Amino acid sequence: MTATTHRAVGTPLARLEGPKKVTGAAKYAAEYPQDDLAYAWIVQSPVARGRLDAVVVDPTDEAIVVLWHGNAPRLRDADDPELAVLQSAAISYRGQPVALVVADTPEGARRAAQTVRLEITAEEHDTVLRTDHPELYTPETVNPGFPSETAAGDVDRAWAAAPVRIDVEYATPALHNNPMEPHATIARWDGDELTLWDSNQHPSGVAATVSQVFGMRPDQTRVITEHVGGGFGSKGTARPNAVLAAMGARVTGRPVKLALPRQQMFTVVGHRTPTRQRIRLAATSDGALTAIDHQAFSQSSRLFEFAEQTAVATRHMYAAPNRRTGHRLLRLDMPTPRWMRAPGEAPGMFALECAMDELAAELGIDPIELRVRNEPEVEPETGTPFTSRHYVDCLRQGAERFGWSGRDPRPRQRREGDWWIGTGVAGATYPAMAQPSTARVRAFDDGGFEVAIGAADLGTGARTILTQIAADALGVPVERITIRIGDSSLPKASVAGGSSGSASWGWAVTGACRALRESGEREAVFDTTELIQKQEKEGRHAFGAHFAEVRVDAVTGEVRVSRLFGMYAAGRILNPRTARSQFLGGMIMGMGMALHEEGVLDPAMGEWVNHDLAEYHIPAHADVENIDAAWLDEQDDQLNPMGSKGVGEIGIVGSPAAIVNAVWHATGVRVRDLPVRLDKLLPHL
Amino acid sequence: MRLTVNGIEHDLDLDPRTTVLDALREHLDLTGAKKGCDHGQCGACTVLLDGRRVNSCLLLAVAHQDAEIRTVEGFEDHPVQRGFLEHDGFQCGYCTPGQICSAVGMLDEVERGWPSAATGGDPEGEDLLSDAEIRERMSGNLCRCGAYPNMVPAIREAAGR
Repeated sequence: MTATTHRAVGTPLARLEGPKKVTGAAKYAAEYPQDDLAYAWIVQSPVARGRLDAVVVDPTDEAIVVLWHGNAPRLRDADDPELAVLQSAAISYRGQPVALVVADTPEGARRAAQTVRLEITAEEHDTVLRTDHPELYTPETVNPGFPSETAAGDVDRAWAAAPVRIDVEYATPALHNNPMEPHATIARWDGDELTLWDSNQHPSGVAATVSQVFGMRPDQTRVITEHVGGGFGSKGTARPNAVLAAMGARVTGRPVKLALPRQQMFTVVGHRTPTRQRIRLAATSDGALTAIDHQAFSQSSRLFEFAEQTAVATRHMYAAPNRRTGHRLLRLDMPTPRWMRAPGEAPGMFALECAMDELAAELGIDPIELRVRNEPEVEPETGTPFTSRHYVDCLRQGAERFGWSGRDPRPRQRREGDWWIGTGVAGATYPAMAQPSTARVRAFDDGGFEVAIGAADLGTGARTILTQIAADALGVPVERITIRIGDSSLPKASVAGGSSGSASWGWAVTGACRALRESGEREAVFDTTELIQKQEKEGRHAFGAHFAEVRVDAVTGEVRVSRLFGMYAAGRILNPRTARSQFLGGMIMGMGMALHEEGVLDPAMGEWVNHDLAEYHIPAHADVENIDAAWLDEQDDQLNPMGSKGVGEIGIVGSPAAIVNAVWHATGVRVRDLPVRLDKLLPHL
Repeated sequence: MRLTVNGIEHDLDLDPRTTVLDALREHLDLTGAKKGCDHGQCGACTVLLDGRRVNSCLLLAVAHQDAEIRTVEGFEDHPVQRGFLEHDGFQCGYCTPGQICSAVGMLDEVERGWPSAATGGDPEGEDLLSDAEIRERMSGNLCRCGAYPNMVPAIREAAGR
């Protein structure tokens, strides 16, 4: 495949929708006016397990209708059992939608939802993830289709023979995506045609799923997703709000708006599973790994098996002749975990990269040097060559920019006033994926072009970079391109997830533009399905290295991240301005994972007790001090026509470990269960 | 009920439970102010009320009939807006109108010499617009995309620094 002539790609074009976003003109899902609009509110189960026997509605309340399994329209099965809303008496978790109130006003809907009385038969529940639980099992595959277990060589023999060994357990808590825009849907029926204004990462997918649930042809649902206030995985597929809004609209014959309150997002839309992980590393005394063993435990709900791929990144990160990875899953009476930014890589690489730091300290080898010594030639488990891998360059060049050399490797050496100061490093990786998509381009008489693809821009800059890609593929300035995205009636696009958006959609756009030029026609459509099916799937990864400097207050245990730096090798950077923002955003979410974020479980109720933004702290302005990102000019012609790898997730991979390793270097305290709270440090300061 | 927004007085027939935020979004089609939490915890709904920044989700419309409300739609090419565009001070854009209104209100507080938690003992002679001050003063406005590092120079430059 020949490379495109790059002119616009690689330039820092400002976001095309920027002016709309800073003036309030950009419309999000809940912001489209409708005549005769009604408002819906979800009633959630107050118990973690049981049966809903009846719903008693106060006749004086303000509801137009209260739907529950006793009176709700029957739905067809979807692939996601969470979408079979109000179809069964069974209660699978606390917070599950069990009724839907529709009223004339938002105030009325909210009030009526509070006055509805649920008659429930509660049952004993089980809500705690334990590594010795008798019901743990090995799932057939882990998300999105990796084998649960892999093994090579003889880990036990290598372990027994190794002079240096690390055997450590790590824990990560439930984490909640919390995009700033809560999930929301406006549903309107026109005869048998359904229109949804819905906040999601995949308009084509949501349209197909909702049509399936209501027993319709895929094209009978149109999903409009012009602007999306973030998703971070939680909007990757249709969520219950889309189905419930459509159901409410069907029953009342009116357009219905269902905007989730923040509190409901902690249960209804998915979250990152808590994990427990055990890592064993065996090495020679000069730091060559002889064995790697990574075993991960996570949870899912009774409704749906979501098995996070926690240990998968370990399969290609470092060389070692003897290796083993595995996943064990426990189904609990809890909400279903789903995707959250870098599912698998984020918690898994926290554990692996902290364990590497512990091994480096044990060996007395610099943590960067240890990683360099275990750099694999090819993918260690598959033997597949990497299309490109510049991990060592990220470590070396990152170290130089960060100022790593001359670091005293001993912990708890640097003190300024009340502050202990330390630095840490950790590796990063994320797969470079592409998924089938279709794009259409039309030429107009005025020399302009319309490029259309049903993609979604969650704030990634998709609209902007697709315009840049199209301009280059057509050989015209960006001003002559009109981009249309965010609508399921446009050519079918893959999900804005897995850091695959720009690769997948950009490929389709490039193909359509080239086809247009070659054919001389006024319109061209290009579908990448066949090209992508033919492509090798292994050996495609972005890499990076994160560096952190922290200071820890010796009196209070407060941790401040004075400096955070990411050095990446992620293929061609399509737009340095939007890419940098994504890298930094991922690193900041990684800081939240390291220091702040934690869904706190009340086992008695099966509830995340801190389910709002006051009690679940996400990084605020004041948490972010000196932060920066840089990247190598990496060429990779085997991926897609742009040579890009995707940058949305790698920033959260490894950045938590860099911070936690820096906390150890500052204080001598190894915190192995996230987040690094004050109370975990204080007894040791 | 009367509500004055961006210099225009509106006569509205509202449920007395209606917040200023819902009045704007559901009744006046002014959807610039965003609903991120409806609990005063995220700042996405920030507007200026008689010149001061407030969380409009925490205010009942009926109690603010005499106030001058200014939303992001009421600004035209404000230096803070230009700064956000210049520095890529947003990604998804959902917190952005609140950040912008908050920054405008914050710059006025600085102008008046109001201290923050980041200010030392004597506000006189301190730089109330240092990066640490801007971060502290803007911490009521959450951004999950993590656009904070780009907002700081945007706000600093809007203040003419």
